Amino acid sequence: MFRRRGFNISSLAVGNSEIPNLSRMTFVVEGDSRTVEQVTKHLHKLIDVIRVSDISDDNAVARELALMRIHTTSQTRSDVMQIVDLFRANVIDVANDSLIVEVVGDEEKVDALQNLLAPYGVMEVMRTGIVAMTRGMNANGGGSGRNGGSSRRPTFNESGSV
Amino acid sequence: MELSGAKILIESLKQEGVEYVFGVNGGAAMPIFDALYDHPDVKLIMMRHEQGASHAADGYARATGEVGVTLATSGPGATNLVTGIATAFMDSIPMVAITGQVYTHLMGNDAFQECDVIGVTRPVCKHSYLIKSGDEVADVIAEAFHIASTGRPGPVVVDFAKDAQIHESLFRYPEKVNIRSYKPKVEGHPRQIAKAVELIHNAERPILYAGGGVTLANASEELRELAIKTGIPITVTLMGLGAFPETHPLAMEMPGMHGSCCANYAFTDSDLVVAIGARFDDRVTGDLTKFAPNAKKIHIDIDASCIGKNVPVDVPIVGDAKRVLAEMNKLVHRVDIEPWMRQINEWKEQYPFEYNQKGDNIMPQYVIEQIYDLYSDAIVVGDVGQHQMWAAQYFKFTEPRQWLNSGGLGTMGFSLPAAIGAQLGCPDKTVVNINGDGSYIMTIQELVPAITMKLPLKIFIINNMYLGMVRQWQELFHQKRYAGVDYHDNPDFAQLADAFGATGIRVERIEDVRPALEKAKGIDDGPVVIDFIVDEEENVFPMVPAGAGLGDVIRGLA
Repeated sequence: MFRRRGFNISSLAVGNSEIPNLSRMTFVVEGDSRTVEQVTKHLHKLIDVIRVSDISDDNAVARELALMRIHTTSQTRSDVMQIVDLFRANVIDVANDSLIVEVVGDEEKVDALQNLLAPYGVMEVMRTGIVAMTRGMNANGGGSGRNGGSSRRPTFNESGSV
Repeated sequence: MELSGAKILIESLKQEGVEYVFGVNGGAAMPIFDALYDHPDVKLIMMRHEQGASHAADGYARATGEVGVTLATSGPGATNLVTGIATAFMDSIPMVAITGQVYTHLMGNDAFQECDVIGVTRPVCKHSYLIKSGDEVADVIAEAFHIASTGRPGPVVVDFAKDAQIHESLFRYPEKVNIRSYKPKVEGHPRQIAKAVELIHNAERPILYAGGGVTLANASEELRELAIKTGIPITVTLMGLGAFPETHPLAMEMPGMHGSCCANYAFTDSDLVVAIGARFDDRVTGDLTKFAPNAKKIHIDIDASCIGKNVPVDVPIVGDAKRVLAEMNKLVHRVDIEPWMRQINEWKEQYPFEYNQKGDNIMPQYVIEQIYDLYSDAIVVGDVGQHQMWAAQYFKFTEPRQWLNSGGLGTMGFSLPAAIGAQLGCPDKTVVNINGDGSYIMTIQELVPAITMKLPLKIFIINNMYLGMVRQWQELFHQKRYAGVDYHDNPDFAQLADAFGATGIRVERIEDVRPALEKAKGIDDGPVVIDFIVDEEENVFPMVPAGAGLGDVIRGLA
């Protein structure tokens, strides 16, 4: 559906939900509000889709996980690990000339870490794509939202499995 | 009682009220054909090519409003159905296409006549199912028919593995179908309807724009009531012709690329467009930046994704046309638009559909006029091309489901098999097939079942010895470089029809046109094919060239 209608997907994440036989998929779609409206309507038409929510403008938390393989020498290793610490990320594998960093955060945080580590040599990056959830209501009558300034907008979608 | 999957399939079809299955046999579907062999209620109509089978099921569905059923074997049988499935998909026709599939343990193995039918048809069907076990059949068929015929109708593909066809299980047909993730919205929102009615009452230059969706919703009565109650002029698209009688004073005739100047000018000057069951297709709108620039738009459609897709809409109403129009009709009254109606009538009078007589040649438009005169309440099945446009222009349709044609996909070869389906669905009606020489030869093999079943089809070929519509574009836009359009090597279609066993008549002179049509009326023991040899380079006008606005329509005559 996406390819045929020419919608651009930045990322896609899918997995089980708390309900058996129900999966949740999260799409990040590039485009203006008209594009997003069309994407939402077309997703609704798919028989297996139960519900589609466009949470681009809602107060939502969005997270993705990334694994990054960074080149290290005995001189640079501790610098790299310091940067990793500052981001509250983890080193999950160490080898002679590289290590693997695991980081969880919103898109900006992951981008920032990757940029800071670039000078040392980023050998490989795997990103899961964003999963997102709307915030619950707090005493002030609303969660503190993040302001999506870019043209990327997360769309949240539930689907039953056949 | 324990029945094989194939037998359960046929019994399920019977539960759905299916009379005919249009199909071609093959290895992976043999158990299904066997179950049909001596079934007292569900009848196999044996076509000669699976494409023909799919178009026949489509034609049956368009003529009756019921779900058409087509059946083929695996591999090439299934792929031959794809054109017909895509045709039904583009025009939202309710259809269930059943394909045999190899044994489940061979699937994915590049087995003989194996094909990933679900994968191949995914973009051109509303939904699809793969049956791997005999006990799934009844539920799948019930769901498939429900999905095909509700909401925005469309083709559903059911791929049926051969071992599942043989596997025996208990047959129990579900009483109700409940698909949690599929609940089409039928009632329009009352506040939106009220807003729409207000806009209608305040408009000075409104028009109604109705499409194929009105016929699909069986909403022709409600549409008539709306137009007549309000007194608003109405244009009906190629797919909806007949939903409103074209002979009525309020009718502006078809809009768009080859539509009437009146309808096109009306769009351009209107201040309110009420769209019902139409989708603002590019053939109708022309250049979108110049389309109805001063008009507010109300859009009533059952498919939310159609609303606002091409054209921004001021009052969207998602719902079934029949229900929404019924609610609207309770609220509307006559609108005072006297000056606008005067303008509309001026345009109608100044710019009717017209053509010039060229010497002694038979003009294709003349043939259509004679067909209309002699067969005005027949079901007319058109194919694709110039003849299709002339039929739409010169035949004045007055009833829904009277005009059948492939509008969305524009599939050549559609009409002959579709006419077979239509005749079987409406045995008491005369079925006229207006065909072209290019289209006719694409599915000519389906003459055989028509003859075997003695269907009294009237097959009229508008033969200009060219792939006409393409030639027209080459003449107008490509310096007459007639590449790949010369059909002068066509066989003699009248002689060919005789060889098949039908009645063939060749007409080369104007004075023979009407007598041949009258003679065809009297032939009722089988199909009659009349080959009308017409002017070779006649063009379809008016025309809005691609990229132009509706207001820039070319009228064509000197």
